[in-house]
Amino acid sequence: MSVTSTLPEVDRLADELAPPAAGRRLTAKRRGPRLKPAKRVLLYVLLAALTLLIFVPFFWMVSSSLKHNNQVFSIPIQWIPTEFVWSNYVDIWTRIPLLTYLKNSLFLSVTITFLQVLTGSFAAYGFSKMRFKGRDVLFVIYIATIAVPWQAYMIPQYIMMQNAGLVNTHLSIILLQAFGAFGVFLMRQYYMTIPDELSEAARIDGLNEYRIWWRIILPLTKPALASLALLTFVSTWNDYMGPFIYFTSNDLWTVQIGLRSFVGQFDAEYAMIMTGSVISVIPIVIVFLLGQRFFIQGIATSGLKG
Amino acid sequence: MAIAATRAPVRPQSRARARRNALVGWSFILPNFIGFAVLTLIPMGAAFVIAFMEWDSYSPPEWVGFDNFERMLGNQSFWIALGNTAYYAAGHIPLTMLAALGLALLLNKRIRGLGFFRTTMFFPYITSLVAVAVVWNMLFNPTMGPINQFLEWIGVQDPPGWTTTSAWSMPAVIITSVWRDMGYYMVLYLAGLQAIPQEYYEAADVDGANAWQRFWNITIPSLRPTTFFVLIMVTIASFKVFDLIVVMTDGGPGRATLVLSQLIYEEGITENRFGYSSAISLALFLIVLVFTVVQFRIQKRKED
Repeated sequence: MSVTSTLPEVDRLADELAPPAAGRRLTAKRRGPRLKPAKRVLLYVLLAALTLLIFVPFFWMVSSSLKHNNQVFSIPIQWIPTEFVWSNYVDIWTRIPLLTYLKNSLFLSVTITFLQVLTGSFAAYGFSKMRFKGRDVLFVIYIATIAVPWQAYMIPQYIMMQNAGLVNTHLSIILLQAFGAFGVFLMRQYYMTIPDELSEAARIDGLNEYRIWWRIILPLTKPALASLALLTFVSTWNDYMGPFIYFTSNDLWTVQIGLRSFVGQFDAEYAMIMTGSVISVIPIVIVFLLGQRFFIQGIATSGLKG
Repeated sequence: MAIAATRAPVRPQSRARARRNALVGWSFILPNFIGFAVLTLIPMGAAFVIAFMEWDSYSPPEWVGFDNFERMLGNQSFWIALGNTAYYAAGHIPLTMLAALGLALLLNKRIRGLGFFRTTMFFPYITSLVAVAVVWNMLFNPTMGPINQFLEWIGVQDPPGWTTTSAWSMPAVIITSVWRDMGYYMVLYLAGLQAIPQEYYEAADVDGANAWQRFWNITIPSLRPTTFFVLIMVTIASFKVFDLIVVMTDGGPGRATLVLSQLIYEEGITENRFGYSSAISLALFLIVLVFTVVQFRIQKRKED
């Protein structure tokens, strides 16, 4: 007995929503003819130019963060500071409560990621390996909501949160972002690629469904869990609109909100603004470099961000 | 265990078993579903109702029929925001898709350093949006910014004022958003390109097709499902643009870059006009829905 959907339309819909080549591992292309030397040189020149285009803003950001304010805008452009103003990286911590912002961002990102991965993979097991009435209808509802822009229902959410007294608490954003349909969808797409024989065999061996999930499916889908965790972490860390709407007091602010507010208040402190920007990006750079293949795999599978 | 092993293959499809199964199945879904239902499904349904009500935080909600929609259609800000959102989408959708496809084609080759280049192109996408917006805002500085210095250096007499002028602030936002998003959609195109069977190209080689013919007759048609998917995702993302605009221009100068999401935020959260802002939300939702359905239709017709 295979556990495919009772409604073929559900799988078709899920397939249509997932990018067509979902689940394929992106590889360096090992096939096809080698490029001719002239074309190869041209390609490298093009790629170098594009890399420059990507890196110039980052380079400018780091370079400006090490300048005095009046050196940031100069004619001609100073790519390397004449004098490295390292003190920017010391002073910023006292200019704005950056440490609090970082702590808040970290707390929200970790909590939301944990809940999203846990409830998402748990629900995905129900949607892919169990068979019961109403399952497929429910899954279609999940998928459909992914296409609805958040702006379409953020006002009722806000009213609910206001009535529950949760506006201006971290809990509001945790609740809003931890139970998204995205995690369920991403994990289900992975779980569908695991042969049902595996869970069938475990059932025959007397394992109950919860243990099958914990002992067999979870260990098998570690890359998927990593993808979901990283995508959720980064999108929570970078989220602006949610915290912007819900957090009014300064001590709840995330790095993004804090940075934006700093820019609004001291718009001539160019160097310090860049210092704050660099610091806000560093955690993401670390997370990204540690797990970049999971990011790219996660996107290639789901086609969605968190 | 021995008992379970002998019993399992018989598998009595009793009603009790089905009910047990449903119970266990629901128990898996429930932890997520409770949060999802309360915080996504209910608000979504409520948005449809609230849009037909006069409701602010001071007085109780009152049913007013289509009043909010009439007011919206007669409101200048709504039309400006709608126009700006369409402007943004008209720039962001095609440019992002072209850039993403171009990058994917370049990076689907057999060369050294492929991993490095792919990571690089993807990098802007994961960088925090506030940092991106702040940096580009400075790069776009009309008198001292690197971009205009570069433009003057290559001989542009009177470079644009970018985010300080109403004519050029939207292009500035679009350029930044394309720079940021192209690497993300590149990954989707790469996955699509790698799914094309190599045999197609070999067969074309045998028939003497040149690179251009191979691209138009094999690559583009084979990528159609990917293109369709990317188009839907970029469209949805374009219509709900918010963060980038709020941080880069805050809708200005004047209302030159005011978009629908921002209007919903201002009317709903800042002014507490829940009913009116829900009407705008509903309009935004309908626009996205119509676009998605039309694109699905076109895709279906091409498949047949």
